[in-house]
Amino acid sequence: MSERYQVHRSTRASRVAMSLFALVVLALAAAPWWAGRGDLRMLVEIFTYVGLAQMWGLLAGYGGLVSIGQQAFVGLGGYMLFALATFAGVPPLAALLLAGLIAALIAIPTALVAFRLQGAYFAIGTWVIAEVFRLGFAQASALGGGSGMSLPAGIVRDIAASAPAREALIYWLALGLALAAIGMVYLLLRSRWGLAMTAIRDSEPASESLGVETWRTKFVVYVATAGMTGLIGALIFLQKLRISPDAAFSVSDWTALVIFIVVIGGIGSIEGPIIGTIVFFALRELAADWGAWYMILLGGIAVATMLVAPRGIWGVISERWDLQLFPVRRRLVVTGAKADARA
Amino acid sequence: MQEILKLDRVSKAYGSLTVTDDLSLSLGAGEALGVIGPNGAGKSTMFNIIAGGVRPDKGQVYYRGTDVTGAKAARRCRMGIGRSYQIPHPFAGMTVYENLLVGAAFGDDMPRGEGFAHAAHVLEQTGLIDKANVRAGTLTLLERKRLEMARALATRPKLLLLDEIAGGLTEHECNDLVATIKAIHASGVSIIWIEHIVHALLEVVDRLIVINFGAKIAEGDPHEVMNSAEVRQIYMGLEADG
Repeated sequence: MSERYQVHRSTRASRVAMSLFALVVLALAAAPWWAGRGDLRMLVEIFTYVGLAQMWGLLAGYGGLVSIGQQAFVGLGGYMLFALATFAGVPPLAALLLAGLIAALIAIPTALVAFRLQGAYFAIGTWVIAEVFRLGFAQASALGGGSGMSLPAGIVRDIAASAPAREALIYWLALGLALAAIGMVYLLLRSRWGLAMTAIRDSEPASESLGVETWRTKFVVYVATAGMTGLIGALIFLQKLRISPDAAFSVSDWTALVIFIVVIGGIGSIEGPIIGTIVFFALRELAADWGAWYMILLGGIAVATMLVAPRGIWGVISERWDLQLFPVRRRLVVTGAKADARA
Repeated sequence: MQEILKLDRVSKAYGSLTVTDDLSLSLGAGEALGVIGPNGAGKSTMFNIIAGGVRPDKGQVYYRGTDVTGAKAARRCRMGIGRSYQIPHPFAGMTVYENLLVGAAFGDDMPRGEGFAHAAHVLEQTGLIDKANVRAGTLTLLERKRLEMARALATRPKLLLLDEIAGGLTEHECNDLVATIKAIHASGVSIIWIEHIVHALLEVVDRLIVINFGAKIAEGDPHEVMNSAEVRQIYMGLEADG
């Protein structure tokens, strides 16, 4: 009987989209040969935001964990990179990976504390935890205290021989991390975990009733996103070559803007955070000189989106045309005559 | 008959409001039990206590001889207790088929291929196969209720808890539903069914209990219980639409 059913993932739209996506990635991978240094820097920033937005989207959109404290892991990743490279002599690229790992490890006790809180209290709790991190690092005099530190010149030379080579390397790392973040969400969503996470997103009590261990699922999501967020944070400060508590644990740079991106683009999808990042950078290019009006514009757009289209730009598009570019859905195809299927 | 479920003097109160009052209940393996009672009598709370959504203040819940009073809902589901909610909780953003896959993958730890086939089979059994790839959020209320039952069945339950799934159906649809539930029962699944549509209930259940103010006020052969003076008194209004 089972051979009459087939489960399909991809659709024509998704196959076209994936081919285009592959072409775009190839073109972007070649950017160090065709783009200027300023453009490269901006692309690095875009890639890091795509990665951060994917992680926040996974956390809030699927795990239902609305954290406003993800800057804790961005900053932690950055500081661990600086500390490992400067004091332990770890090569910068290895330090990058270790920084992500440490962020994930630190997320374990953090989760045990934060998960005691629900909803809005969880959100505030994560912020408070991030502030504790910021104040803690501001006390660490070896790391420059409140004014922070720069990456020593010798270590900067370790990354790559020349400044253009270093910038190209960081560019590829950023592209790789953005793809890794997208890939992580994609593979998670296609797996058994994805079923559980999507179910939790839609109804936690029903998930429990169907055998989903909601606490454990959320815990895994929280720790995994913290690790990737830490890795991205480490790369952000590897590019900047300088770190300070206020920059590293900035709630507006690493969480508020990311939330803006995910809300605008569409929460609970892979496409949403990518679209949101593009929209955000387009707006920034357009309106960055407007001073305070720029922030008012962003805030206004976010509020309008939440009121008019709570599932964001991609939510509207995917609902209107039943579209999914990243094939994570499972479609049932019944082969054979329907008449005997109903008998 | 082996006992699959036992509630031993279970009580639950919210503040001064007692919703379950010293309730004891025993269900044999393979038995189908009907539950009736006025709105707010504590029927759904009883389901929450059995399935693990609510922990009782007093008393014990035994499932197949094991004390599960402290066990979480997810664990009880994997042990074989499948439930539907009176107010449907669909996974609105997932397709109907994916809703069932959650149950198959987590409620019964089925390997992928088996889960895929089983979920498809349940869709056919419950008449939802044509809606397989539709987002659950677009279903009508009646379809959502059917999805509640289908999702519970996807977990391959040994004990199925059905909470008011017949309301609003046409006579024809109701007959279909009764036939489906009879077939499930005939396959060896124990059933507890809360239902206001009494004639549907009476076609399936072996035994009937009446709950009012959280306590069991009558129990026994379905027709005898329906004809008892207490039930007639409570059900004067409800019998008309039942």
